Amino acid sequence: MTLSLTETFVQLLYLAASILFVLGLKDLGDAQTARRGVLLAEVGMVAAVVGTLLYGVEVSGVIVRWEWLILATLIGSAVGTGMGLWIPMTKMPERIALSHAFGGLAVALVGVVEYLEHGGPHMTTLSVTATGLEVALGALTFTGSLMAFGKLQGFITGKPVTYPGQNASNMLMIVGTLGLVGLLVYSPGASWAFFAVAALGVLLGVLLVLPIGGADMPVVICLLNSYAGLAASATGFALGNNVLIICGALDGFSGFLLGMMMSKAMNRSFANVLFGAFGAEPEAKAVTAGAASSGPAPNVGSVEEAAEVLRAARTVIVVPGYGMAVSQAQHAVRDLASALQANGCDVRYAIHPVAGRMPGHMNVLLAEANVPYDHLFDLDVINDDFSATDVALVVGANDVVNPAARNNQSSPIYGMPILSADMAKTCLVLKRSLNPGFAGIENELFVRPNTMMVLGDAKKTISQFTAALKE
Amino acid sequence: MSLTLIFGLYVFFLAAFTGYQVISKVPHLLHTPLMAFTNAISGISLVGSLLAAGGHYGTVSTVLGAVAVLAATINVVGGFLITDRMLRMFKKKGGAR
Repeated sequence: MTLSLTETFVQLLYLAASILFVLGLKDLGDAQTARRGVLLAEVGMVAAVVGTLLYGVEVSGVIVRWEWLILATLIGSAVGTGMGLWIPMTKMPERIALSHAFGGLAVALVGVVEYLEHGGPHMTTLSVTATGLEVALGALTFTGSLMAFGKLQGFITGKPVTYPGQNASNMLMIVGTLGLVGLLVYSPGASWAFFAVAALGVLLGVLLVLPIGGADMPVVICLLNSYAGLAASATGFALGNNVLIICGALDGFSGFLLGMMMSKAMNRSFANVLFGAFGAEPEAKAVTAGAASSGPAPNVGSVEEAAEVLRAARTVIVVPGYGMAVSQAQHAVRDLASALQANGCDVRYAIHPVAGRMPGHMNVLLAEANVPYDHLFDLDVINDDFSATDVALVVGANDVVNPAARNNQSSPIYGMPILSADMAKTCLVLKRSLNPGFAGIENELFVRPNTMMVLGDAKKTISQFTAALKE
Repeated sequence: MSLTLIFGLYVFFLAAFTGYQVISKVPHLLHTPLMAFTNAISGISLVGSLLAAGGHYGTVSTVLGAVAVLAATINVVGGFLITDRMLRMFKKKGGAR
């Protein structure tokens, strides 16, 4: 098979785009080169688009209606620019979920157009299977991501919604979808089956995300990333386009890999996240609540006492949680760190993998407050250092420092790797009140003898620490 | 099995393995930018969308295609912009441990 000169050029552009995407991802492996990686991928995207337009005009003669293309591209660019430049970093998970929805929508619609225009009895087995899977996955990603967005944004309850027979009916729908795709292979002209696949995809997206609780959102976002990639790959199979297959595979695998990492960080299996409906846990809550009321009282210290402890400290590890980021206390923490450093103290930050609302979210939030990234340390790197540390300063974090994960088998978070803040000589916990935290799980760290609680707004408390240190 | 399918599967699995190798080396620090980045690359569905929207098909197909172009463009432009915006914030101070 010999290609025309133009077609050869188009294929070379696609090849260049694929190589640039892989190189871009490789550059993203190091903060020093990451921005160059983005640039490479941008060039790759331009190459892919130019190649497609060239193909559509010169080779296949498909592209003839420019007005629609130009209009859609202009509006899309305007909206994309807005979303890229002005969304606050705390809202990043919502933004990512929303763009997964866009990705799923685009793929599903391309599949529908494919079927409408080239479908029917003459479709090959490969293209009808690929198109069917593409539409099912695309539709599922679209509604599933909207659900995730709704949960993150608080439009839909963050609590898991369950009903009897949930897993069985979901499983039935998945099998039904695959069955209908199989039917299309034998009877590609059965358009009812095709649109039933699309409808089931839409429904599955809603029903699969409904039972997943807010605590598991990071995994869900990763998983939706993965689905969006696989859907794009299926499009590649349907259109016979390698750059789509490659990008889809890259996207699909990155989502899958991150999802696995997040699950591991919470000591849960993928299946557990998907079908476990974590977050309800009524029994466990009742047990720990009862135990806590008869337990020892926490040691509550004043701001002055805590500031004295910090003044004497030679090493401090800050354990930030999402609560800190939401109240924008990270700027106050950064100021405190500067004051401590001026005092000759060594300050580091311990970042739990699931701190924040998506993988690596806390790193971004701290970067926004100008905390240098070489002061941030992952759990496995810093955890052994706590025992040789004067002060662990816990700001707005709860579950990720709860020793119950280590020694209370009845706790819902038992087995989850935690930051060993309790091992530090003194553990300063900043908390609004003594009420149990968001997850509803009591934290025995608060009543440890080496723990000092400082109650009140974290941002204000930290500013007072800084002022006291500067005196 | 058609040759196209076999060839496609080669491409898919080689890309998947390459992706696995490359992505597993991305540090925790950069996982959020990584997600925004793969989001932008997944806007490659623009390739299919452009062909669907620009075609001399019926109105329904053209409108659906145009919406697909719109959605994919949002991902490409927004994804790249926000990735770069995040990466710009990551600063290394060095020296102080």
